[in-house]
Amino acid sequence: MAEHASKVTFRVQRYDPEKDSQLHMQEFTVPTKRGTTILDGLIYIKENLDSTLAFRTSCRMGICGSCGMLVNNYPHLACHTQIEEFHSNVITVKPLPNAPIIKDLAVDLMPMFDRHKSIKPFIIRNDEDEMAKPTREYEQLPDEVEAFEQFSYCIKCGICVSACPTSASDAKFLGPQALGQCYRYCADSRDAGAKERLEIADSNHGAWHCHLAGACSEACPKGVDPAFAIQLLKRKMAVQSLGGGRKEKPAEIYPPPTETKPKIQVPPFTVKK
Amino acid sequence: MQAEAKHRPNLLGAGGWFWAGNYKMERYLYTLHRVTGLGILLFGIFHLIETTFFRRQGESVWQMTTGFLKQPLFEVGLILVAFAFVIHALNGLRLILQEFGITLGKPKRPVYPYQDALRRKRGYTMLAIAVIVILLLVFLLNRLVGGG
Repeated sequence: MAEHASKVTFRVQRYDPEKDSQLHMQEFTVPTKRGTTILDGLIYIKENLDSTLAFRTSCRMGICGSCGMLVNNYPHLACHTQIEEFHSNVITVKPLPNAPIIKDLAVDLMPMFDRHKSIKPFIIRNDEDEMAKPTREYEQLPDEVEAFEQFSYCIKCGICVSACPTSASDAKFLGPQALGQCYRYCADSRDAGAKERLEIADSNHGAWHCHLAGACSEACPKGVDPAFAIQLLKRKMAVQSLGGGRKEKPAEIYPPPTETKPKIQVPPFTVKK
Repeated sequence: MQAEAKHRPNLLGAGGWFWAGNYKMERYLYTLHRVTGLGILLFGIFHLIETTFFRRQGESVWQMTTGFLKQPLFEVGLILVAFAFVIHALNGLRLILQEFGITLGKPKRPVYPYQDALRRKRGYTMLAIAVIVILLLVFLLNRLVGGG
């Protein structure tokens, strides 16, 4: 039975820019037990079978987003995926599609990070003094947090971009990661930068190029649901173009500044030094 | 930079619409929507050529054209175009609703096992597709048996 197999064959896609002109597959036999992850298997290969195998990893607990890869034709975080999930003695591992391959399983995520930066992924406000030197918290109700909280769990692993069919055929498409984060900040009641962000999202390669395949949300290992965020972003853009949308000011600081009594003056020392 | 220049491009391209890995239904509806859209566009172009260019050539050419188009191949093609119209129109209605966040609910804190908004509403999507399939079967039956 595959569940009790003690050895699994890893078919790993290899590519060394210094040596190879073509991609090729290489097989390794890896011992497994219950709980062995894909990342454990790759580390075993690197430590025992072929030290030239390149892949990216860091936290080993699904937080850093480094080890996204295509495992048996589906994008996964390697550290977050156990071998026994596949009920197979053969595991095929390839780099994430739609991102340039640096070497073997390591892909270049810089294009995605650049697109992420382009949508201004930070709180934009007009009270620059308070932003530079915060004195209090910004007031936010639980419902207002829930409006964006789900989308703030993004770890920028690139799995959504690799799953997206539009990203597959349009290299300039902002992609589910950046557009999802665009909505995350626009939906934040502390933010006042929706107008400038929506201008970026409302471009030829922006939100309207998403046709709701839903693969990004399906594959997201953190439950972020970028497809949902993009549809909400489209609604926001449509409402804004019709003159609607949020009219109230962004959240104020809390507790609000109040007039305080002047401090009691400390009397001068009576004893001379 | 030199190092970056060596990175191997890995975009799936338009092939990525068709080969989608082990994904669920909506990923394939995306492809079906595009394919049916292209089919309808091609039909529209051919239909325009037929009813303008060939129609203007005179009675004999027009009779020959319509005679030629009565071949079983074109009859099957016409049924496929009708199928494409129904699928594209009804899936398009689903997309219009969902692309504005309608029927998708509200954002929720992700709790494992994660469920995205589309999957939460997949039951409704399946129901809509069942209605589409029934309509198509009725149309096909009417076409084959009823001689419509």
